Amino acid sequence: MGFINVKKKEVQIKIVYYGPGRGGKTTNLDYINKKYKQRIKTEMVSIKTHGDRTLFFDFLPVDIGKIHGFDIKIQLYTVPGQVKYNATRKLVLKGVDGIVFVADLQKERRDSNLKSLEQMKENLLSHNKDVFKIPLVLQYNKIDLKNQGIPLLTVEEMEQDLNQQLRVPYFVGSALTGDNVVETLKKIISMTLISFRKELQ
Amino acid sequence: MYNVSQEQLETIDVILKDDLLSIGVHCAIIIDVAGNTIAQLDNGRCSFDVASFAALAAGNFAAVDAMAKLVGEQQFSLHFHRGENESIHFSKVNEDILLICIFGQDVSLGFLRLKTSEVIDKIKLIWSR
Repeated sequence: MGFINVKKKEVQIKIVYYGPGRGGKTTNLDYINKKYKQRIKTEMVSIKTHGDRTLFFDFLPVDIGKIHGFDIKIQLYTVPGQVKYNATRKLVLKGVDGIVFVADLQKERRDSNLKSLEQMKENLLSHNKDVFKIPLVLQYNKIDLKNQGIPLLTVEEMEQDLNQQLRVPYFVGSALTGDNVVETLKKIISMTLISFRKELQ
Repeated sequence: MYNVSQEQLETIDVILKDDLLSIGVHCAIIIDVAGNTIAQLDNGRCSFDVASFAALAAGNFAAVDAMAKLVGEQQFSLHFHRGENESIHFSKVNEDILLICIFGQDVSLGFLRLKTSEVIDKIKLIWSR
């Protein structure tokens, strides 16, 4: 749940990067952190396992300036992608305002994408949130692997698998090279802010 | 999306100042369970990153809450971490918000618990308005 602080004229918004393990959620945040270093006053917080996988979440606060006189503070989170950490994923989704679902374009990850999206729907329901109502953007990640001869799914296949019912905006990108990372972020921020429009006016 | 009136926030600040900072608490923070900072007051000598702190504190509280349910408890309503110089005391105000106090060795835990329970009652009243 976003929080409007009328005293400090500030809005805090929580955006969660969700998706299957090793799909590129943390890499998205790493790229944003590097790209907007001058706007991000603090270090990115990461709770990782020894194997450098996300254990609990990554957290990155970004100030994006003022709207209607309010300072907009975006708080970016990732969830741990590994299947066994669903309890933690559920916790991170608490109070979420907008979601980026980072799906993996690799053919062999097709099932993991589907399972992760299904579980996200269930986890949202446990917080009384409807996947059809929450601002959501899909990112089809790892397009950079195309040049390395790794079999990838086509955009049509990804759309068919994940976006047939949802009909939300999607970006084909690469978190590693930064391709469409910022565009994905901008889209989810603008969709989330639109959903708050009434409260801000 | 929710908001709290300016008057409510100002009253909360006064309570944190009069009941907690006055007894020597270094920093008192009210956060919601999503990790947003609702109010924060300190003695002017706390320079840590409050946004990250709030995100971690909310995560920590949620994790402990989930552990409580696993062992058959409704909740652990109080958490406390003792450090060499600074200690942290977490308490649940209601289903949505938490109170966190950072304090040094000059404040006794017993006295702090007494004061935080008074503060929680007061904030609950303001929150329900």
